[in-house]
Amino acid sequence: MDPAAIVRVQAEPFSIEAEIARLTRGRTDLGAVVTFTGLCRDEGGALAALEIEHYPGMAEEEIGRVVAEASARWPLEGVVVVHRYGEILPGDPIVLVVTAGRHRGEAFAAASFLMDYLKTKAPFWKKEHRRGAVPGDWVAAKAEDDAAAEKWRG
Amino acid sequence: MRALYFAWIRERIGKAEEEIVVPETVVTVADVIAWLSGKDECYAAAFESTKSIRAALDRTHARHDAPIAGAREIAFFPPMTGG
Repeated sequence: MDPAAIVRVQAEPFSIEAEIARLTRGRTDLGAVVTFTGLCRDEGGALAALEIEHYPGMAEEEIGRVVAEASARWPLEGVVVVHRYGEILPGDPIVLVVTAGRHRGEAFAAASFLMDYLKTKAPFWKKEHRRGAVPGDWVAAKAEDDAAAEKWRG
Repeated sequence: MRALYFAWIRERIGKAEEEIVVPETVVTVADVIAWLSGKDECYAAAFESTKSIRAALDRTHARHDAPIAGAREIAFFPPMTGG
């Protein structure tokens, strides 16, 4: 059975409870739900806001491809990925991954895989607006993010 | 074809998208980058570090040696920093 796969790219905040419910409502066969929420860090008080740019259309499609790959690797019963764009304030959520399975192993592994892959493949770019500094600076991609995605290959 | 630019590439070029008509000698993604770089100093600045440039053809990641034949949309952007 193809698992339920829900991918959304939106400016608005999301409700973790509501997204979990999309996968679990009416189900009695699930044994595990794992959620990962990525938050906007304030970098020791220096960050005023993040501005997230994305490639409309490709962002949804690329996340969909990553979800399809996760579904091919693990026996998932459902996946939700929500990624926000626009202005994000410190403490606010940026990204949500929810995986549901019959057992925790596949749910944990798939959630971790999804985040590692999203960071390097989904077309989103963060710009940091630091307190008192104009203009903002684009965040540079990190080598450890590439390494994290690379470890799933082979 | 439609060309889209994102993040600091968009800022350096000064526009988010445009229609481009490339000469027949422009065959690959790398050729498009070289051709755009020759337009003016803004494009040259946007594409000066080619290894920092990622590309997509019709919303799918594409290597610099990928042929552009048949693609309706080409996009250029820095390495992704979402999540």
